[in-house]
Formats: sequence, structure tokens, C-alpha cells
Amino acid sequence: MTRSFDIVVVGAGPAGIAAACAAAEHGQRVALLDDNPAPGGQIWRGPRTAHRDAVSRAKERWLHRLQQNAAITSLHGCRVFDVAGDGLLAAEQNGQRVELRYSKLILATGARELFLPFPGWTLPGVYGAGGLQAMVKAGLPVRDQHVVVSGSGPLLLAVAAYLREAGARVAAVCEQASWSRLLRFGASIAPTSRLWQAAGYRWRTRSISFRASCWPVAAHGSKKLEAVTLSNGVRQWTVTCDLLACGFHLVPNTELASLLGCALQQGFVTVDALQQTSIANVFCAGEPTGIGGLELSLAEGEVAGLAAAGAIHAAQTHVPRRDRLRSFAAQLATTFALRPKLRSLPEADTIVCRCEDVPWRTVSQYTGWRTAKLQTRCGMGPCQGRICGSALNFLLEWTPDSVRPPIFPVSIASLAGPTAPAQAERSAIQEN
Amino acid sequence: MTDTVRLTVNGRTLAVPTGATVAVALAIAGDACRTSVSGEPRAALCAMGICFECRAVVDGALHQRTCQIVCRDGMEVRTE
Repeated sequence: MTRSFDIVVVGAGPAGIAAACAAAEHGQRVALLDDNPAPGGQIWRGPRTAHRDAVSRAKERWLHRLQQNAAITSLHGCRVFDVAGDGLLAAEQNGQRVELRYSKLILATGARELFLPFPGWTLPGVYGAGGLQAMVKAGLPVRDQHVVVSGSGPLLLAVAAYLREAGARVAAVCEQASWSRLLRFGASIAPTSRLWQAAGYRWRTRSISFRASCWPVAAHGSKKLEAVTLSNGVRQWTVTCDLLACGFHLVPNTELASLLGCALQQGFVTVDALQQTSIANVFCAGEPTGIGGLELSLAEGEVAGLAAAGAIHAAQTHVPRRDRLRSFAAQLATTFALRPKLRSLPEADTIVCRCEDVPWRTVSQYTGWRTAKLQTRCGMGPCQGRICGSALNFLLEWTPDSVRPPIFPVSIASLAGPTAPAQAERSAIQEN
Repeated sequence: MTDTVRLTVNGRTLAVPTGATVAVALAIAGDACRTSVSGEPRAALCAMGICFECRAVVDGALHQRTCQIVCRDGMEVRTE
């Protein structure tokens, strides 16, 4: 089945929602696709929360704006896996192939967490930081569960606050960045509402011990997590816990941009002043252009949506706000840059590629991603290297390989394309 | 709409909150989602459809990312 739209937006997080709304409000017929069962992306995932803050207020405002607009067709549980032709994407929804024709394409594919391998990180009960929050938002009860939150990034405090309010006993929040970096970051955001946001999270987690320059070095347990060993670089200590929420900030999802041939710089999609990529008619907004959080994603989404709709003047009115917010992205990158010491987290038998169970001992013998893949199957499993590739980009500074379709595992029927049933029929007739 | 749905996980009946994902149901049941190629138990890591660690058999369909599927009454889930 082929469906045609003026604009196709891939990703229904804040950037994608803002882009879709802005474009539809300028007379465009828009498709908004997302792999997840509901719109909102990671930050706006899940039901309404009891705690009213800037994030939940923005969520309600934008979801309302999205739902009000009849010119937007939302396709959930829909994932793009290939480029089927010029201005044509191949996607899979409910196990069926769907082709989407567009005049303009907006990529708002968001980011994923960076996970680093350390002994025991494959045990059930070890989640991403955003990962555990997503599980709780999706119904996982955590009341009276002992949790350690660790890794890096502004997400850690937000996750700790969320888990505490869900009844978890958060033993500690461990941030790998140093106090000096965190304080400089605090000073740089002091004139903005972000400081109040950060202060709000810290107030909500005031009973929880917050440690800077601290990271997990091992998770312990037989069938599931029972304890975690933490380090501050000088000494190590072990904390009993049921759950570990651990993510080392974010990496952008750039697979579709790469497949389309969009230029990337230092892992991020290159865009011009109006969010246009190096490929004609393809725009990009949100985390794939630089990790900058909610407000920047919304601003970039509005610019991209308006520019794609041809409303250039309207798009330009959002540019100064977007540019101010971009300086925050640069501060995030400096503050939460990973300390080199984390490169020694994996031990010889620590599994690096979780899909194919390839240990560090094997992977680290190779000099690059391609030979490691061919020789060890590292990165050849269903996640297609999204987890281990990002880890190895940090651990060994390996640059990712070129992207090949399908960019997500799909059924043979979806892969074969719309001509497959007809061909099958023909061959059946010939056999008769 | 009731506030729980009932499904079976490896043959055992389980009630979970309405809106819960299958990955959550597996975590509540205390079952790992799959066994890795070297025989380790594995469960959800990213919970956002990226890592494929939470894959299981849902209503007969193999290798489903259970973190992206909302539980329905009568659903049958088996670990891989």
C-alpha cells in the first residue's frame, strides 16, 4: 500500500510533533510516523503525571495542538526500514509493508542512551536511566525497590525524582562528571529558567545522596541484579540494590539520515539555517542535529516544519530563539563529556555486543569496526550495532560503518516489497 | 475500561495494569525475556525499541520487541 503526503515526519517526539503541527497549520497534508505505540517520544512518554512541571505543561499543550489538527495522519507502531525510491520510504506497520510518498521529508528520529559495557551489565535488572523510567511509565511497579541511578547527563536527576515519586528507594545518584564541571554548568545556566528546573529536580531528590565523579564498575547477581560496585576513581564500594538505572547521556539516531545520504559531522546531521540537510527536500530537527533537549527540539521542529511548508518568513522568526538554545547544547556536551577512565570499564570477558555475545577480549583485538564485524559478528545482531557500535565509538574511537538497508529487522514479506504477492501468484500459476 | 488486563506469560496467568507493555509484564512475572546465544538470561535494557534485548514470542509471533507492545486481555507471551 502506498500513501502520499505533502510532508512525512519521521519521529513523533517533541521535534516531530512541532514540525508536523507547524507544517499542517500552513496547509500541508502531513504524516507523522513513530515506532512507539503513542506520540510523545521518550520525554513525553506515558500517562499524565501527578507532578506538574514545565515538561508536562509543554506536553499537554503540544499533544492538544497535534490532536486538534485533522491535516495530520499519525501512524504509530510504524518504523521506516528503507528508502524505496525518490521521495518514497518503505515502512512496516502491524507486520505489513507501507510505502510513504513525500514531497518533503522531516527527520526527527531523536536519540538513544549511550550504554557502556562493564562486568554484569547484561544482568536483568540493569536498565538504561531513561530505560528504567520508560519501564515505570509503562507500568512497572518500583515501590520499595532499591535503585541506584548512574551514568551521566541531566537526565539522571530527573529519573531519580521520577523514581522516588513512584515509591522507589533511590540509594544514590552517581554522575561521572566532576563537581567543577557541574558547577560551571550551573553558573552558565544561572540566568535562565533551566537553573530553576535543575534546582527543582534537586529539591525533589534532596533526601538522595548525589555523588559527582562516581560511576558503576560492576553489577553483581546470579540470575538478576543483586548489587552494584561503584567507584570514585580512588576507592570502590558495593551497594545492594534491585535495579540499576545507568545511561551515559545520549547518542543521536542518524541511521535513516545516513541511508538517505545526508551529510554528518562528528556524528550529527548537518543542517542549514532552516534545518535543511545536505539532501534536497530532506530536513532534520531535534537530537540528531545535536543533543540539546526539549526546548531546542521544539524550536528546531517549528523551523523545519515551517520551512518545509514553504513558510520561510514564519520559519525565520523562530531562528533567533533556536540559536540561543543551541548554546545550551554546546554546554551539555562539555559538561557531560565522558572521562577517559571509563574506557577501562570492560574487562576481558565482559560482553560488548549483547546480540551476539562477543566479549571485550575478542573485539578489542581488531583495529576497526568493519573487520571486527566480519571476524566476530560484533554488531551483526538485530540491534544492528546501535548499542555496541555507540559504545565502541567511545571505547576505541571506532567510527561507524556505512548504513545499509533494512535499517531495522523486518519480515521477509515487508522486505520483498509490494510486487512480491503478484510474483508469488505468477510462479504458483506457472507451477500449475 | 478496567484497570488491569490479564495475559499468560509462559503459561501462567498474570494481571497487569492497563497500558502496561509486555516487557513490564515479563518483569512483573520475574521472567527474563530471552536466553542469549551463550545462555545468559536477558531482559529489557533500553525500553525504547532500540536494543532488542526484550524480544519474546507474543501471540505466536517470534522476536517481538516487548517494550513496544501494550498488553491486551488474553495475550499469550512466551520467552525465547
